[in-house]
Amino acid sequence: MDKKVIVSLKNVNKIYDGGNHVVKNLDLDVYEGEFLTLLGSSGCGKTTTLRMIAGFEEVTSGTITVEGESIAEKEPYERNVNTVFQSYALFPHMTIYDNIAYGLKMKKTDKKEIAKRVSEMLDLVQLGGFENRYPSQLSGGQKQRVAIARALINQPRVLLLDEPLGALDLKLRKQMQLELKRLQRKLNITFIYVTHDQEEALSMSDRVAIMNNGILEQVDIPEKIYEEPQTQFVATFIGETNIFEGCVNSIKGKDIDIMLETGYVTARSENTFNQNDMVVISIRPERIKYSEQPKTGFALKGIIKEQVYVGSVLKTIIVLPNGHEIKIERLAGQKIPVSGDVYVYWDIDDAKLIQSESNRIFNALNNIMFT
Amino acid sequence: MTKQKFKSNTLPSLVMIGPVVLWLAFFIVIPLLYVAVMSFCGIDEQYNIVFRFTADNYKRLFNANYVQIYAQSLTIAALTTIICIVLAYPFSFFIARTLSKKKAILYMLVIIPFWTNSLIRIYGWRTFLGTNGWLNNRLLDFGLISSPIDFLFKPSATVLGMVYSLFPYMVLPLYTAIEKLDKSLLEASADLGAKGVSTFFRIILPLTASGIFSGSIMVFIPSLGYFFVSDILGGGNSDIIGNLIERQFQSGNNWPLGAALSMVLIIITLLLVKLYQKCGGDMESLGV
Ligand SMILES: Nc1ncnc2c1ncn2[C@@H]1O[C@H](COP(=O)(O)OP(=O)(O)O)[C@@H](O)[C@H]1O
Ligand SMILES: [Mg+2]
Repeated sequence: MDKKVIVSLKNVNKIYDGGNHVVKNLDLDVYEGEFLTLLGSSGCGKTTTLRMIAGFEEVTSGTITVEGESIAEKEPYERNVNTVFQSYALFPHMTIYDNIAYGLKMKKTDKKEIAKRVSEMLDLVQLGGFENRYPSQLSGGQKQRVAIARALINQPRVLLLDEPLGALDLKLRKQMQLELKRLQRKLNITFIYVTHDQEEALSMSDRVAIMNNGILEQVDIPEKIYEEPQTQFVATFIGETNIFEGCVNSIKGKDIDIMLETGYVTARSENTFNQNDMVVISIRPERIKYSEQPKTGFALKGIIKEQVYVGSVLKTIIVLPNGHEIKIERLAGQKIPVSGDVYVYWDIDDAKLIQSESNRIFNALNNIMFT
Repeated sequence: MTKQKFKSNTLPSLVMIGPVVLWLAFFIVIPLLYVAVMSFCGIDEQYNIVFRFTADNYKRLFNANYVQIYAQSLTIAALTTIICIVLAYPFSFFIARTLSKKKAILYMLVIIPFWTNSLIRIYGWRTFLGTNGWLNNRLLDFGLISSPIDFLFKPSATVLGMVYSLFPYMVLPLYTAIEKLDKSLLEASADLGAKGVSTFFRIILPLTASGIFSGSIMVFIPSLGYFFVSDILGGGNSDIIGNLIERQFQSGNNWPLGAALSMVLIIITLLLVKLYQKCGGDMESLGV
């Protein structure tokens, strides 16, 4: 599938006055028509990244191009990109009609055309009949729709959305998620969406870009983000996982022998590793297997510590002799022993081998000191 | 039950409200009534107030000389207001948009001069602008002029003094209105394709109009009455309503006529405040 890049960030850095380095060497290509989500915890630089694309914030270094053109010299009003603000930013002194018509008025579109397009937009966001109301007379969800309609009327190639559903209650948020996704499909506009809600990100997006402390950790389709985390941060940030720290003992082709605190285990990876690399193994709780009888081959012996029902899922916590806790998840109703000794193991393909965070720091130090 | 409740609440509320009511009665209501009554009184040959009902004072208000001064006073007040808006708007915008540390300093720079008596500051201007004043002397020194310029004793000098005296009353409400302006609205406007000028006229100006309006009221009304400014800087060539009133109470010694003139000023003030409320202005930003 050959996809056209529409927004491209190359080695983008942002350092605020005062030396706060908020976005670090960010490289990101966004494809035409895709729904890409920037996901990360609060303060990791998502908003800043979005604001740089919108033109409200200058890049400290690096380039941002939209449709192949650098936007460095362009004012926000010259960019073919529109923004849906978290706080909606509706003009309080204008009616809903005038709010939505604003972009077209700025383009000096003729009155009839404006009226036609505004009513199309109102239909699109299901707000027909609200033309003459003021923003203060609308509910949160309705304001959000107006903000979206107002941003879409200029027919931007790219729509930027900064936590657009953050202020809505859970039920409305779920409903708006579906609507946004439907809108995006229907209009075939590229969405760059910011959220700190991983469920929202995984359920709506074509691709998810995970940010941590200004660094882009991984960009992938949601399944891969969950199944094939490339960094320790991604593995622990998305969903729940069990992490085992270890060291590469020997390498035989794709099979990599790892020394853990509790024994040796073999893992398999497409990525390259070197002997003595610090690594972590990540195994999702639903992939951990167990047996009540001793098992030949690899297994870790532990004791069941506690069990918790979380709706449809039963969580079991097992403690290893070294104090390390292992989480297991099963659909409720499946039989799991309540207490006593168990032997924990996993399929070789369910264990994801990742470079350890400490290894990254070690390499970075190495680079600084010996180059 | 209800009766008891009523009783137990009456005493404390009387204690709380009583002094305020007395204060308002003694210092505002009674003097105002006194002015109103006096404006319908006459005077005898010795300029003593005679308590008999007459509308003569009000008839005299339509004297052509007076009417000419009302017009002049309204013009000076309007000019003062417009100049204050034009100067204070960018100034307030600048303060509201600078960082908090510098903001406090700028704000103080506006306020501090007003801790000095305004009469003294207006005299200061007279000394500064006089034919033998600092400004003329410097201009002569630098050879920019060959003989001193008459800055003083013109309506323009009065307007200058008024603007100087009333500038902070324009800055404060404007600053408050601009400060309240949500920055993301300006970004939204730019995002939707508006250039700076459009954003200013379509977003910033309408959303700060209340500030302009309350500032205008707070500048316009005093500039009808600040007689000492036109006395000192206008030198009798740019009298305002305040001068007329002052003269009746001082040299003219015709208090009833002065009272009638005061009633005119009070009525103009009430009408303007009424208009302000009609247009949706809130009384709080007038400091009421
Ligand atoms: N205008 C600014 N000046 C200085 N620091 C800022 C500014 N805006 C954001 N920051 C800082 O940059 C970091 C990232 O902020 P932001 O991009 O808003 O994160 P996110 O949207 O992921 O929560 C935060 O530490 C924040 O305090
Ligand atoms: Mg944010």
